[in-house]
Amino acid sequence: MSGDRTLAPFGRRRLEVVARRALGAYIVLSVADPEGPDLDPGQFAMLAAAQRWGGGADERPFLPRAFSVARRHGDGTLDFLLEPVGPGTERLAELRPGDDVWLLGPLGRGFSPPRAGRRPVLVGGGVGIAPLAILQDRLAGAVLVLLGFRDAAHAEGAALLPGARVATDDGSVGHHGLVTELLAAECRGAEVYACGPPPMLESVRALCSEHDVPAQLALESGMACGYGACFGCVVATRAGYVRLCVDGPVLAAAGLEVVG
Amino acid sequence: MNFAGIELSGSIVNASGTFDAIAARRAFGDALLASFPFAAFVSKTVTLEPRQGNPPPRLWELGAGMLNSIGLPNKGLNRFLAEDLPQLAELPVPLIVNVMGSAPQDVARLVAAFGAREEVAALELNVSCPNVTTGLLMGADPGETAALLDVVRSQTAKPLIVKLTPNCASPGEVAAAAEQHGADAVSLINTVRGMAMHPRRPREPWLGGGTGGMSGPAVRAIALAQVREVRRRVRLPILGMGGVQSGRHARELLDAGADLVAVGTESFRDPLAGSRIAAELLEIDANSGMIGVTA
Repeated sequence: MSGDRTLAPFGRRRLEVVARRALGAYIVLSVADPEGPDLDPGQFAMLAAAQRWGGGADERPFLPRAFSVARRHGDGTLDFLLEPVGPGTERLAELRPGDDVWLLGPLGRGFSPPRAGRRPVLVGGGVGIAPLAILQDRLAGAVLVLLGFRDAAHAEGAALLPGARVATDDGSVGHHGLVTELLAAECRGAEVYACGPPPMLESVRALCSEHDVPAQLALESGMACGYGACFGCVVATRAGYVRLCVDGPVLAAAGLEVVG
Repeated sequence: MNFAGIELSGSIVNASGTFDAIAARRAFGDALLASFPFAAFVSKTVTLEPRQGNPPPRLWELGAGMLNSIGLPNKGLNRFLAEDLPQLAELPVPLIVNVMGSAPQDVARLVAAFGAREEVAALELNVSCPNVTTGLLMGADPGETAALLDVVRSQTAKPLIVKLTPNCASPGEVAAAAEQHGADAVSLINTVRGMAMHPRRPREPWLGGGTGGMSGPAVRAIALAQVREVRRRVRLPILGMGGVQSGRHARELLDAGADLVAVGTESFRDPLAGSRIAAELLEIDANSGMIGVTA
């Protein structure tokens, strides 16, 4: 780690997919990166299939896609959580062991350790649970994890984070309702780490602000490059627009007026 | 090689606004300096006053390229001089600063300020901006370009590169006006104006800025045609760019009349695209018996 982040090797690496498994509505893609650096939870990588990147809907994809690293194994294997929702994620979801990807990373600023005396509470929604898995790996002891999903197929993703409490929109698994309803009872003394869709993050931000609890939010935005070149991924903060790729993707909730 | 008086150790530079060397150093550390991918660094556009840029969304992916509506966010002249210039001076290559103003007098102030700095090798004028007085896009009209150069040329002895816009009737005529009024080189093409509709909101554009600039391999054929048109009109050195993804694409732009090639959008996909393309170009030229342009 140098300064506020683990640096990425300069240049993308061609890496082999070593495993692909379905996890309900999601796919966990595992990529061997034995020479890559260890990374901070919350950092991300830009991924593209090494072959046939293009030719999907509207002849896309063209640009690489940003994914939080969901887990890093001892041998350097990196896990990514995918949900096929567009031409980029659909192509990546097609990959099989033996196929290659281009990977640039680790990129961005990840989560910071909890402040002294604060109890970490992890709050995830949908595919946004990914960076919380590696965070759970790195935090010592039992950590409260609250995850929200649309339905039972998506809730199978909760298997990535052992011991998680689950909420579903349709009530098919766990609490019938929003994950932020679970969080409301757990704010006291907490430091909240959250990643998920913008409405969820906005609820987390508002709740934490109300309870005067620090929160670190991992945000998402469309990116072309992932390393500060394109200025495309900005989000509005109290200090003006910031590039999520170099100033985030994890931002302090206190610095945001509103999410989304 | 020498381009418009700038000594370069290679044949590929970056297109303005497509590589932020300061942000890249935060991501990659000093490895960036050890293998800097370009033979010169061209800054993002600097204006007199700070600009926050356009509201998001700022990007739209296309089948062979992208649209951007970034809106030229920058710190403004004073903070760029104080904060960014010292960091850019640490790069192992010459620095070309891109500037833009909404009146010729504004551009003159920028050119004078950077012209006085020894860290700066040359200036590139972004003329894709309306003149607030006349309402005309400065770079879309030969008369406007001539009038701009008449004001700024006297402000510096350093090379002035005029970045031509493809969104005009005749880039060749604008280039000719630039040549006659003291420009040292021209660069082209800038992005091509385009638009995407919002996928979920009928009749609304997707980009926060409404329209955007199109780049990537989809514009390469336009770049080739415009470089050839400009080559036929001027003797000035030409910095050619537009959709270059490989050494072959760079060779084609050079063959169409460019003297130096810039890589833009491809760096978003591959931060080392500049070095890779330069190496591919050397190999192509070596195999065809040509003398390498980096000699």
